[in-house]
Amino acid sequence: MIPLNFYLILSAFMFCVGVLGVLVRRNAIVVFMCIELMLNSVNLSLIAFSSYLGDPTGQMLVFFVMTVAAAEAAVGLAIIIALFRNKQTVNIDEINILKW
Amino acid sequence: MTPDTTLHLTDYLFYFFALLAVFSGGVVVFSRNIVHSAFALMFTLFAVAGLYVLLNADFLAVTQILVYVGGILVLILFGVMLTNKIVDVQIKAGSIHVLPASIITAVIAGTLCGVFTLTDWFVVPGADASAVKTTAPHIGEALITNYVLPFEVASVVLLVAMLGAAMIARRERKK
Repeated sequence: MIPLNFYLILSAFMFCVGVLGVLVRRNAIVVFMCIELMLNSVNLSLIAFSSYLGDPTGQMLVFFVMTVAAAEAAVGLAIIIALFRNKQTVNIDEINILKW
Repeated sequence: MTPDTTLHLTDYLFYFFALLAVFSGGVVVFSRNIVHSAFALMFTLFAVAGLYVLLNADFLAVTQILVYVGGILVLILFGVMLTNKIVDVQIKAGSIHVLPASIITAVIAGTLCGVFTLTDWFVVPGADASAVKTTAPHIGEALITNYVLPFEVASVVLLVAMLGAAMIARRERKK
């Protein structure tokens, strides 16, 4: 049987891959995908805890995280598309209109 | 009770899904082509769904495939196609400030791995295999009893997010 630690370490690895992507990539859509990766890794660790405690209530949290992730995907992509229409770019280092 | 050290099929499946998730996660981050990134994300999401099945979370595995692969990934692909001019062959997807980002990531990875391995997690013995056969009845029951208020709030959040997204992405009306 796989110990709980293996799932947690896997989740930590996935989270760090997501963090690296968010920090390194220039394309806003790739940054967006990396945020989904981080959300997924957190969900994985939540489900691992829930399963190893034999308590399905922990899965409710994952359910609500998924809801918020769906809302975030819709709004985030709408913002990216609006940004592209105005600035003709989705590179985050070229979008600095909030700087003065 | 001696610990069982032989590898079972579920163990192989765990390693397979774990490798698939981490490898395709790496492709998402490091691929030069955004479309390749999006398709690698699909494999990651499927691998995570497989891990949910191994963890006896069957309902959430199906939800994961429906919501993430069926919904969010399609949205992301739409985003890719709407923001890249098709005639523009060179998709610029380079990297910025690699060194500070690597340091921050290494610090986070070290902290997380340290906490995860050093903490003595409380685990109910034998809970993994036999405690819950299927989780859908539990989730359904919890949604209409203890979690009915968050459930309703979530529906409002989704409605507002949908309206907001349509509002933001819509073309400005000409005067």
